[in-house]
Amino acid sequence: MEKRQIKVTVNGEPRLVDVEPRLLLVHLLREGLGLTGTHIGCDTTSCGACTVLFDGQPVKSCTMLAVQTDGHEVTTVEGLAKASELDPVQEGFKEEHALQCGFCTSGMMMSAKALLMENPNPTEEDVRWALSGNLCRCTGYQNIVKAVLWAAKKMQSEAAV
Amino acid sequence: MTAVKEERPIGFGSLKRKEDQRFVRGKGTYVDDVKLPGMLHGAILRSPFAHARIVSIDTSAAEAHPKVRAVITGKTLESMNLAWMPTLSLDTQAVLATDKVRFQGQEVAFVVAEDHYSARDALELIDVEYEPLPAVVDPRRALDPDAPVIRDDLEGKTDNHIFDWEAGDKEATDAVFAKADVVVTQDMLYPRVHPAPLETCGAVAHFDKVDGKLTLWSTTQAPHAHRTLYAMVAGLPEHKIRVIAPDIGGGFGNKVGIYPGYVLAIVGSIVTGKPVKWMEDRSENLMSTSFARDYHMRGEIAATRDGKILALRVNVLGDHGAFNAQAQPAKYPAGFFHVFTGSYDLEAAHCKVTGVYTNKAPGGVAYACSFRVTEAVYLVERMVDCLADELNMDPAELRMKNLLRPEQFPYQAKTGWVYDSGDYPTCLRKAMDIAGYEELRKEQAERRARGELMGIGISFFTEAVGAGPRKHMDILGLGMADGCELRVHPTGKAVLRLSVQTQGQGHETTFAQIVAEELGIPPEDIDVIHGDTDQTPFGLGTYGSRSMPVSGAAAAVVSRKVRDKARLIASAMLEVSPEDLEWEKGRWFVKGDPEKGKTIQEIALAAHGDLELPEGVEGHLEAQTVYNPPNLTYPYGAYICVVDVDPGTGHVKVRRFIAVDDCGTRINPMIIEGQVHGGLADGVGMALMEFIGFDEEGNCLGGSFMDYLLPTALECPSWELGYTVTPSPHHPLGAKGVGESATVGSPAAVVNAVMDAIGVRHVDMPLTPSRVWTAMKYGSVEPPQ
Repeated sequence: MEKRQIKVTVNGEPRLVDVEPRLLLVHLLREGLGLTGTHIGCDTTSCGACTVLFDGQPVKSCTMLAVQTDGHEVTTVEGLAKASELDPVQEGFKEEHALQCGFCTSGMMMSAKALLMENPNPTEEDVRWALSGNLCRCTGYQNIVKAVLWAAKKMQSEAAV
Repeated sequence: MTAVKEERPIGFGSLKRKEDQRFVRGKGTYVDDVKLPGMLHGAILRSPFAHARIVSIDTSAAEAHPKVRAVITGKTLESMNLAWMPTLSLDTQAVLATDKVRFQGQEVAFVVAEDHYSARDALELIDVEYEPLPAVVDPRRALDPDAPVIRDDLEGKTDNHIFDWEAGDKEATDAVFAKADVVVTQDMLYPRVHPAPLETCGAVAHFDKVDGKLTLWSTTQAPHAHRTLYAMVAGLPEHKIRVIAPDIGGGFGNKVGIYPGYVLAIVGSIVTGKPVKWMEDRSENLMSTSFARDYHMRGEIAATRDGKILALRVNVLGDHGAFNAQAQPAKYPAGFFHVFTGSYDLEAAHCKVTGVYTNKAPGGVAYACSFRVTEAVYLVERMVDCLADELNMDPAELRMKNLLRPEQFPYQAKTGWVYDSGDYPTCLRKAMDIAGYEELRKEQAERRARGELMGIGISFFTEAVGAGPRKHMDILGLGMADGCELRVHPTGKAVLRLSVQTQGQGHETTFAQIVAEELGIPPEDIDVIHGDTDQTPFGLGTYGSRSMPVSGAAAAVVSRKVRDKARLIASAMLEVSPEDLEWEKGRWFVKGDPEKGKTIQEIALAAHGDLELPEGVEGHLEAQTVYNPPNLTYPYGAYICVVDVDPGTGHVKVRRFIAVDDCGTRINPMIIEGQVHGGLADGVGMALMEFIGFDEEGNCLGGSFMDYLLPTALECPSWELGYTVTPSPHHPLGAKGVGESATVGSPAAVVNAVMDAIGVRHVDMPLTPSRVWTAMKYGSVEPPQ
């Protein structure tokens, strides 16, 4: 199949890549760019393990073609931390024991990040709604909810300084 | 109940997890992240039929695909004597179908190509001619004389019967039933569900022709057992097989057995001379890998009029699918189902289990079942509620009246188990206090008066985990004891090597805590190695909540061996007799002169230095052990679920869930709470929405996440946890297993709550709105198909 060249900014870095039109974004990220923090948990767009930010919006990268990102920005879990400093969402997940096997964690944190960018002060109910596109098999969700609220609080106290 | 907020304990306490550092950065290494030079990609062609004879397979078009390197069929495997493989139940399973297919989704051919997409393309080019056969779908018809024989590959097999198995005393049980005031009988199905770990199964096989060594990265919960089985099946020498379980994205029992895909990746690598990756997709995982449950049970409970439970009698029909690949200790074909007498002091009990073949995927033991304890607990906790309903008694009162008393432990159950310890009434009382049970009943009465449907469900369970004593328990002849090695480096940092394999349970953290507790070395100075069979001692892996009971005990024992050796070295350093030394965490010191002592770090350095060592002490500071448990551990818990049911739609909302667990000594309360949360979500999922169904032609109806529904953050309430501590007397740390407790204990609480709300004696799971609505309208509903 003929490849097309696309220009996509991934985690702030512009990349020129040749892709088959049918290549899914998740495979471009994982196999093409070696960003294996984004995972695949299903084949029906149900689980959200592949969630990344597309121009700041959470998308399931298993349900988007790589060619659709031409000229756009994609952020993956690898782009969350700034230098060596973890994002408050990452810190919150560690603090509140919001992960076990770690497989849903990347996608879960990207959905959480998108929520907090849009709504810095969410309620528990807001968090549960925002994460309802992300399945987790280990945590029973409660500590994930706590982690996102922890991150919201941290971001607010940082913003206040 | 919140965890103790202890950030950096040297020993037990809520230590933050070491694993998280890599996982929150996307730096875990799961099987599909493994990339080797020249690596090829495999994909499996699967059967569209549940039961059909294979007339022919034409692979020529697939082989002509420019990116395809190999197409493997059952014929290829027959020439290598690999077309069939043994299962953990001493049956056989087809790797690739040669004669006929026996379930929808069964493996028929394997394509190896340069990339994943091309491998999938080539599957479409394989032409298989099938001759469909009638399918056996309903296990209750599997033994009919005219039922098609599924396993005509087995010599002399003329029916679909796998085994009959009994436990308890039938005569004594019948005698008690004959004299009982009250007997309640209830049929119930524990439906077929699937553990559905978020990461599916997969492997990367690399057979190096030069040195003849096979390296296999795979999603395995039992890497050492897998290595030995590959040696036995493939005829490769065991020292030339290295199995590596890297980070695993959840297992939940799905990743215990060996799947055809692993064998095919190995064969693909042998055939092509290149590393081969195989990673299944979700629908393949749901349709072909180990299912859970599928027990059709008839329970009978006998009691006196005033509510003394006397006996239980159970008949089970187990649907095992087309190959009996159920994973359990070899002498236990129904796992540990015979703990079904639960938490009660009975006069007699008996069960009979019959296993049958059907045209479905193999499995049975998975999804945190502790070898069929899920089914056992569901049975007894539903039967107790049925009895409460019959006697018009409060289910909490009925349980309180019949629970085993603390002074009865160790308790010999009527089916042979010896429960190690327990204080059940305290545990139940605690759950009732957290729930505000009496208030809840008042609220329920008020709501009922207003026509609202509120239900309160209780489940009190006794688990049996930590398989097990090697005399009784083995997997294909491999005794269920586990090794452990501890090495303290000269500078006082340590490496602990385990035979068990975490899939998210936090072993890298908690096992470091065990060593820290025993030796006083800070947990961050202890590296926990697992999953690599070249680097770790032999053992049976992680399932059945056995890590803490068996391997955790081994970690304590090996630490104590190191401590004893450190004492001898310290005595040489301090020039006193070892008997004059006393231990405090991290340090041996002279009795009566606490200033004079040596830390474990100082001792480690001296052990590697020029110190003149006492007679018989070899130097260095390390030890190894093999732990053979004397008994299982028997954790328990009291769960209370509160539901609201919409009278118009039958929709069930879990409003509250209270869980009080007792797993003895708690190594890391934060991690235990996380384990319980996850298991409770399983219970809510199984009770309300999860189901693998089949139509009459054997088409799998739960084969994707569109149909196989898992709870999201919206279906789960905020869990309310509590705990009591009743140590296991035989465990070196007093610790019991706990990982599966919540999955085992919670479904009955949810179902009991819904029955309490709608006033129907029994409805089979899943309690979907339509099933609940039908039951409310007609008083009952058929088991799900």
